[in-house]
Amino acid sequence: MINLELSAQHQETYNNLRMVAEHMMRPYSRKYDREEHSTPVEMAEVAKLLDGGAAGAASTKDKSGTEGVRNGANLLAVTAYEALCWGDVGLMLSMPGRGLGNAAINAVGTPEQVQEFGKTYAAMCITEPGTGSDSANISTTAVLDGDEWVLNGEKIYVTAGGRCDTLVVWATLDKSLGKAAIKSFIVKKGTPGCEVTRLEHKMGIRASDTAAISFSDCRIPRKNLLGSEEVASDAEGRKKAFGGVMQTFDNTRPPVAAMAIGVARAALDMTRELLGREGVTLEFDAKPCNSSAVEAELYKMEAEWEGAKLLVRKAAWMADNGLPNSMEASMCKAKAGRMGNYVTLRCVELCQSLGYSENDLLEKFARDSKIIDIFEGTQQIQQLIVARRVLGKSSSELK
Amino acid sequence: MSNAAQPLFDLTPTDEQRMNRDTMQRFAAAEMRAQAKIADEADTTPEDFYARTAALGLALLPIPEALGGAGMRHSPTSNALIMEDLAHGDLGLALGALSPMAFVNTLLDQGTDAQREMYLPRFCNGEFVAATTALLEPRATFEPTQLTTRASANSDGYTLSGTKTMVPLGLDAQLVIVVAELQDHGPAAFLIEGTPQGMQRQPESHMGLRTLQLATLVFEEVQVPATALLGGGDFNLRRFLDLSRIGICALAVGNCQAILDYVTPYVNEREAFGEPISHRQSVAFMVADIATELEAMRLMTWRAASRAEQGLDFHQQAYLAKLFCAEHAMKIATDGVQLLGGHGFCREHPVEMWYRNLRAIAILDGVASV
Repeated sequence: MINLELSAQHQETYNNLRMVAEHMMRPYSRKYDREEHSTPVEMAEVAKLLDGGAAGAASTKDKSGTEGVRNGANLLAVTAYEALCWGDVGLMLSMPGRGLGNAAINAVGTPEQVQEFGKTYAAMCITEPGTGSDSANISTTAVLDGDEWVLNGEKIYVTAGGRCDTLVVWATLDKSLGKAAIKSFIVKKGTPGCEVTRLEHKMGIRASDTAAISFSDCRIPRKNLLGSEEVASDAEGRKKAFGGVMQTFDNTRPPVAAMAIGVARAALDMTRELLGREGVTLEFDAKPCNSSAVEAELYKMEAEWEGAKLLVRKAAWMADNGLPNSMEASMCKAKAGRMGNYVTLRCVELCQSLGYSENDLLEKFARDSKIIDIFEGTQQIQQLIVARRVLGKSSSELK
Repeated sequence: MSNAAQPLFDLTPTDEQRMNRDTMQRFAAAEMRAQAKIADEADTTPEDFYARTAALGLALLPIPEALGGAGMRHSPTSNALIMEDLAHGDLGLALGALSPMAFVNTLLDQGTDAQREMYLPRFCNGEFVAATTALLEPRATFEPTQLTTRASANSDGYTLSGTKTMVPLGLDAQLVIVVAELQDHGPAAFLIEGTPQGMQRQPESHMGLRTLQLATLVFEEVQVPATALLGGGDFNLRRFLDLSRIGICALAVGNCQAILDYVTPYVNEREAFGEPISHRQSVAFMVADIATELEAMRLMTWRAASRAEQGLDFHQQAYLAKLFCAEHAMKIATDGVQLLGGHGFCREHPVEMWYRNLRAIAILDGVASV
């Protein structure tokens, strides 16, 4: 049955996490925006709450509804990300033990790897100075030497790279074999040859540390390769292997898109409150062409927000129900990213000096939201993926 | 575990909806798409078109069995799906074909028992009954909440004065719901039968929706009986507008899907500089954005419809869906023409007609109640 409301259980999660966001994150928003690179220690408390299943948050089990429809972990994730990012995007990315690397280890690690590293704070190292969206082109190498892998290369834009305990590193076994030879490796921080060389100074999400990490003859145990050592011998097998790697993005893009839904909601709530004081209220009656310019703009932003939010929920719902959602995951990421930028920047404008001032958070929301249109695949990469699907084109035809 | 009061998020249509969609889609492809081109040129509806829609039983479905109908549950979601599928054939023809259903839906939603018993059986004899709704008035800045069509009570009932415009089936409709400002009361709706004295019908021509003969209805001191007052005076204008907004959105979604389905093979086949133009990002990204915004239009429409169906407040969702659909439908239509270049501007291809038709989404109100 067509129903686009959250289940009662997910709605309750959302409500509870909004409380967490309001009372345990917002009070520190400005502090860690100003004190870039200092660790937001208060988030340890929030992470503990989440691990303990705040409102059944992280541990909610799949629940089968009528006709076997499921509202499971994916819908829960987008709901939770939306609520927490209403609080603060940078702080949400700074929850110890909840790095992207943790997701990778838990998704593809062996039971032993999950046992040893699953509960550590794990960051993900993919991007390199010369390789961004074309992640198949990475040049960090891994060479087997006896019972150890030897890693060499440079990684950048490692979220939580400074504060984490563990790194999941993408490296190639043989660049001439292309995508199929790319494997991921678990590296303990402090391993000789692995060094954090820089923390970025960023426009937004300053609470979240973004590191550059170098590997020079960094030796790790052979058992630290995530997944299989095999490199497919035929072209078809190689394509499939990398496809598997890329598929993980289908599950991570909706939650990242949900971050934009959260921060845009925050900006809209604050803007409507500030404008409300000036007598601007929304009745959702008059046509936009008969409304004042500021009302019309608010209506438009609310509409864009709603559209993006529903795209995110659809993509997550498809994942929960085992439906291939590569196109929908990219659609929601593209739409939510640009919506977030548009809404937060316009809110700054509508509130004039109050929007621009650091006394309030509107200017920070605008700075924080920009990254959501970039990381986990830029809007343009998402458009490319959607276009290929709609038009039935391969990546060599539509570049 | 099923809990009827707290359903799960779900985008799966019911089996019944799926079967219904199949029927509508086949009808739209066979009886609407090709005919619409010719009818648009002629600025008229194809002969016998509405008679052929009678077999679809559109108006009949939600009418109670006791009144001769099919007795299906009144479902705004199912209605929205029907509207989407028919508009894939042609927006104007869909509006006309669905106009009686919208009339029936409004009567079911806001009529008195006596009014339902009086009018609804007429829709159950297997023939197309031209029925419609008159809300819009010919005035810049028109708002449905600020009507200049006036009604006042007298000893014989009410008199109506004013001008309505863009009335679907307006030249032929034997049953018309007219929305007017009732003196000392507020917005009200009246059921007009036939052509009472003082009522005139005039044909209109517009930039689009030419397959649907829109009409002006002029009322000069038209006397109607007291029983003509819809719902006995308890007319919920906001709810009426919201239910219709959902229908208009669904129509926009169907038409925009038609655009996507048309431009996709075109840009794959059309070559420039030795390869299909779809191999260029400036073209491909336009198509990607059409697909993305269209999906958002659809989901917003479905959400408003499903909230209405569940008895939840849906005012804000319907308003925002209409706003979003009006804006993005026009953008999609514009890009649809642009993707075909000069060919898009020529009437040989349907995209220029869709561009003209979809401008109406932001203007229409009250005519497609789900």
